[in-house]
Amino acid sequence: MKLDANIPSGPLAQKWEKHKFDLKLVNPANKRKFKVIVVGSGLAGSSAAATLAELGYNVKCFCYQDSPRRAHSIAAQGGINAAKNYQNDGDSVHRLFYDTIKGGDFRAREANVHRLAEVSGSIIDQCVAQGVPFAREYGGLLDNRSFGGAQVSRTFYARGQTGQQLLLGAYSALSRQIGLGKVEMYPRTEMLDVVMVKGHAKGIITRNMQTGKIERHAGDAVIMATGGYGNVFYLSTNAVGCNVTATFRAHKRGAAFANPCYTQIHPTCIPVSGDHQSKLTLMSESLRNDGRVWVPKNKADCGKAAHQISESDRDYYLERKYPSFGNLAPRDIASRAAKEVCDEGRGVGPGGLGVYLDFADAIQRLGEDMIRERYGNLFDMYERITGESAYKQPMRIFPAVHYTMGGLWVDYNLMSSMPGLFVLGEANFSDHGANRLGASALMQGLADGYFVIPYTIAHYFASEEKNCPSTDHPAFDEAEANVRGIVETLLKANGKRTVRSFHREVGKLVWENCGMARSKKSLSEALKRIPELRAEFWENVNVPGSGDDMNQALEYAGRVADYMEFAELLCTDALKREESCGGHFRVEHQFTDKDPEVKNGYTNEGEAKRNDDKFAYVAAWEYTGPNKKWKLHKEPLKYEEVKMSTRSYK
Amino acid sequence: MISRHDFEADASGMNILSYLFKSSLGRKYIMAASGLALFAFVIGHLLGNLQIFLAPEVINRYAQFLKDNIELVWGARIGLLGCIALHIWTAISLSADNKAARPVAYADATPPAASMASRTMLMSGLIVFFFILYHLLHFTVQVEWVNGVEKTFHSLKTADGHHDVYSMVVIGFRQPLVALCYVIAVGLLCLHLSHGVGASFQSLGLKNKAWGPVIDTASKVVSFLIFVGYASIPLAVLTGIVGDSVAR
Amino acid sequence: MNLTLKVWRQKGAADPGHFETFQPKGIVEDMSFLEMLDVVNEELIEAGKEPIAFDHDCREGICGTCSLVINGKPHGGQKATTACQLHMRKFGKWDTITIEPWRAKAFPVVKDLVVDRSAFDRIIQKGGFVSVGTGGAPDANCLPISKEVSDEAMDAAQCIGCGACVAACKNASAMLFVSAKVSHMNLLPQGKPEADRRVKNMVRQMDEEGFGACTVTGSCEAVCPKEISLNFITKMNRDYGCAILKG
Repeated sequence: MKLDANIPSGPLAQKWEKHKFDLKLVNPANKRKFKVIVVGSGLAGSSAAATLAELGYNVKCFCYQDSPRRAHSIAAQGGINAAKNYQNDGDSVHRLFYDTIKGGDFRAREANVHRLAEVSGSIIDQCVAQGVPFAREYGGLLDNRSFGGAQVSRTFYARGQTGQQLLLGAYSALSRQIGLGKVEMYPRTEMLDVVMVKGHAKGIITRNMQTGKIERHAGDAVIMATGGYGNVFYLSTNAVGCNVTATFRAHKRGAAFANPCYTQIHPTCIPVSGDHQSKLTLMSESLRNDGRVWVPKNKADCGKAAHQISESDRDYYLERKYPSFGNLAPRDIASRAAKEVCDEGRGVGPGGLGVYLDFADAIQRLGEDMIRERYGNLFDMYERITGESAYKQPMRIFPAVHYTMGGLWVDYNLMSSMPGLFVLGEANFSDHGANRLGASALMQGLADGYFVIPYTIAHYFASEEKNCPSTDHPAFDEAEANVRGIVETLLKANGKRTVRSFHREVGKLVWENCGMARSKKSLSEALKRIPELRAEFWENVNVPGSGDDMNQALEYAGRVADYMEFAELLCTDALKREESCGGHFRVEHQFTDKDPEVKNGYTNEGEAKRNDDKFAYVAAWEYTGPNKKWKLHKEPLKYEEVKMSTRSYK
Repeated sequence: MISRHDFEADASGMNILSYLFKSSLGRKYIMAASGLALFAFVIGHLLGNLQIFLAPEVINRYAQFLKDNIELVWGARIGLLGCIALHIWTAISLSADNKAARPVAYADATPPAASMASRTMLMSGLIVFFFILYHLLHFTVQVEWVNGVEKTFHSLKTADGHHDVYSMVVIGFRQPLVALCYVIAVGLLCLHLSHGVGASFQSLGLKNKAWGPVIDTASKVVSFLIFVGYASIPLAVLTGIVGDSVAR
Repeated sequence: MNLTLKVWRQKGAADPGHFETFQPKGIVEDMSFLEMLDVVNEELIEAGKEPIAFDHDCREGICGTCSLVINGKPHGGQKATTACQLHMRKFGKWDTITIEPWRAKAFPVVKDLVVDRSAFDRIIQKGGFVSVGTGGAPDANCLPISKEVSDEAMDAAQCIGCGACVAACKNASAMLFVSAKVSHMNLLPQGKPEADRRVKNMVRQMDEEGFGACTVTGSCEAVCPKEISLNFITKMNRDYGCAILKG
């Protein structure tokens, strides 16, 4: 496998302009001769499917939900970044680019990130034209708020439902194309394999989740926008249905998987209440604009009610450790800080796994009505889940898996190492490095779908010989047989344990050994245990029912089967990366009081310590076969514009 | 799979009448507009009838005035019959659609938050319709066998030889069963109106955040006043407050 | 908790369906309603039986997938709450709980508690969009929109398309959903050029799907997890009337 990132030459700020000119075009009359398969209908998938259909391509779009509008992009709360500088507070394309690179702990690809910052403004324009009701000022112009990891206000938002509104915008554009007959939509359909013809991705095998029918679809290219793999941890803020199946099965067919160990733990989620818990609920990061994070200074106070702890006995640890960013420190840093204080035994709530997010000051300063207007829906949600009112007592929050920066490896054109397979949005690895800043996921999904793929896919079509195979091609027979084999094996296993019990176990294993803090010891332990659990899964799983109708247990089993393998890849990558960066924290690699950066006050003890000499590369893993070790390919990260430095948010 | 629909062809091909008579919203407009017209009549009719509380000559003069302008009265009658026909047709046609829209009922079929008036519109409407037939036979056509008195109302004359409406009403309502029927029927009518009037404004899009609640409250208050007004007549007759001058 | 569940079981659209009774063990008050069903399903699988099929995804009240009628009320009747956010602490320890699917001709049952809501998608495909292609949009601040209008559009746009309005309405009417979608677009200046065409086409599709008509009972508004107002139905009635009068 040879990885070529295809980064255009020239100065950073002109790369995309230049590249757009260099990319070949498909003339309008010829576009209708090409079929594009889009898997996933979140922000990236819907926007890509709609835009490609508008251009004239024939698109088939697939999603596992019962409607494309329900993809999990819908749950993003806080907002979307764009370098509009409407606030006149010093924002620019370059600053957004730099913040994103720095936020990603210098592990993202420079050229991709710069392009993202460049197109960010057009996304807002496009969304407003579609009728997305972003928040506005009384004067009628768009409002902004600030978000973690930035010192400017560049986040556009629609109450606490920005993801929903952006997705509905993309969905409306997609719906228009479905109505016009340019997109064929396949809801409740799961992609279970990619079909390779002459080394190119030319089709997929799907299962209709309503009828159980296994179907073949051929196309000139396949786009995967299937989201992240956070559910490998069992508990995450992802939708219960989110899964790694599409990307992992493409990986097994030859697409390299990059940086799986970069997982983002979101600092503000509602803490776990018991074993029955099926998912975790995020409280938007925007809450940190007005809420103050604290724990008691003394362990002894942890059992007391919050109001009984006097001001002088509270430790506002984020404000103390990061005075200039305070409560708005980036996510990885805020999460780890929470873990640290809980490890010290100063956590609050059940099991000591929680910290306070306190709005008392903000309510006093702005009034309860203002807080209600800003965060009312979040406070209501908190009350529904916990039975507590955050107007009266501080919220309890704890970090939870939220986003995965890793994903299928793609080049500058968003094409994976498998020609003809393009990967967009959270499913790829490209833009966030080792940590994603708040309000950047929506930006990336839409940038990929609206403004990147339409250019780069044309180049692929114009460069390759046109060859959309018939679905009778032997490659389809082979792929379909593979899918049927998996389905039948699961149904026949007839074991004793439920799929959920396996998922819970593997998730707990990964969370404990490859979660917020990872060590050689914990990872080795996980790597020993995962193959055993996987073997037990195939032996002892119990999937009732048949494959011929709706069978939710079967769908779930297929997904967990993939987690069982993927978990191993995740830990393998985490073990190999002997440094700490962003969402990947190796306890062996942190700043101590002996480091000069700590001595001169630039950073704190316990912060992530990168090793740029050895690990300034993208780790792209190649699948070599069942129960075999993955093969590592390194794409070196060359920074032309930015100097890699130690991240400091002090 | 969500398949393609012929989008462009949709917009044309429907003229205003087919929009009105075929679409659900169009039929609701017809129902609402005819309902409001009937509501206006109900108020006018009540104001006319309340003259019973004045001297007998007053209501008799009013009745004679209507008789003398029979062209206008028939104009109004045809209009009202048309409204009733449209109101009933839309009610039946929409109800059929509504029933078909839920082929399998819930275990507990009471819809959440829906008022009794709103749930029983068809029933209250149909009963009121049969009441109107009875009312027409009773006081307009004056069929003897429905009035419960051994006397035809046609024979009641005033001193100057005109029809004595005052006596007719008094004699008619001295029958307790008849009076009770009237009270129950106007009760149902007003239940129907208490929901229907506000809903008509809603269906015609003639509400907004500011005066929507006012219309809803007003429709309930006016309905109640209409009930009080109509019911007061048979009750006043029964209790002897009205009609002393008419021989028993 | 010692609950008795009466759950609707139906193999497919053709099967008449029936209620089945369960008495799950190990239910605690901190569980969400769907987590309670997870427990029931685990028990069923362990007993070698088919679990209850039900729709769910985000479990945080925004995707609109969950669709349970609980004791006759869509989403269980807690104010502004979807079934996935409903918690068992809202029930009594010894309650009997009836669980049914959305019932409407336009939402045929797929299996057990899962229904097919693609009718909603087809309505959107008829006009729930602004016809603007990607690229070429003017600068976002070129078009000032008053905060009031923008906020009202947002009130409508919050609809999660779950279909509880249809499930609650005695006529299985989709007016609240359609009016929210029409109003979101028709209120905003971006949506004005297509306003008449949009409302006509979407209402027509709504009728063709076999939803009932609105009789203004207010059930939809009462159960809507996003508290969409009946005022949007009034607005759509007005928009539609104006549109057909213009021809």
